[in-house]
Amino acid sequence: MAMVGAEIERLIKTAFPDAQVVVVDLAGDGDHFAARVSCAEFKGKSRVQQHTMVYDALQGHMGGALHALAIETIVPK
Amino acid sequence: MTNSTAERIKGIIDKSDVVLFMKGVPAAPQCGFSAAVVQILSRLAVPFASVDVLSDPEVREGIKSFSNWPTIPQLYIKGEFVGGSDIVREMFQAGELAALLSEKGIVAPTP
Repeated sequence: MAMVGAEIERLIKTAFPDAQVVVVDLAGDGDHFAARVSCAEFKGKSRVQQHTMVYDALQGHMGGALHALAIETIVPK
Repeated sequence: MTNSTAERIKGIIDKSDVVLFMKGVPAAPQCGFSAAVVQILSRLAVPFASVDVLSDPEVREGIKSFSNWPTIPQLYIKGEFVGGSDIVREMFQAGELAALLSEKGIVAPTP
């Protein structure tokens, strides 16, 4: 069962209420997404830690219902 | 993940300086994200070992808990988890991947 982009965005925003989140359905097939997350909480964290925070926000859906999600994390200036 | 799987994975990443867990083989990746990392490593001309998780279900599941990272591909350099395809691409574009490899003493073989 694939996830819709709005659900991805909601889960990320729930975990990071102050984040700016953009989710794009890359192929238009409801299965390949890209998320750009800009969040002050990423400051001082490594890229692996930042991406892990986003994966955690997705509550285990990544690699399950969510097949492909490219993640770009940004620390706002 | 059983202990024997964890030990197998550890053995694999300790055996080679650069190890890529991917879907498919470098000559025929079965996933766009895996293909992207293969392409970057080829551009940097570093030798790497690869593990096709599609032909090894035990490692396919085990590697996710081993690194606490839910997706494949996964790149390891000198036994350390570096990242998945997004991070590898960002590091490559920023020149950080080449810097990390040279810092670890891994260089492309001279032709």
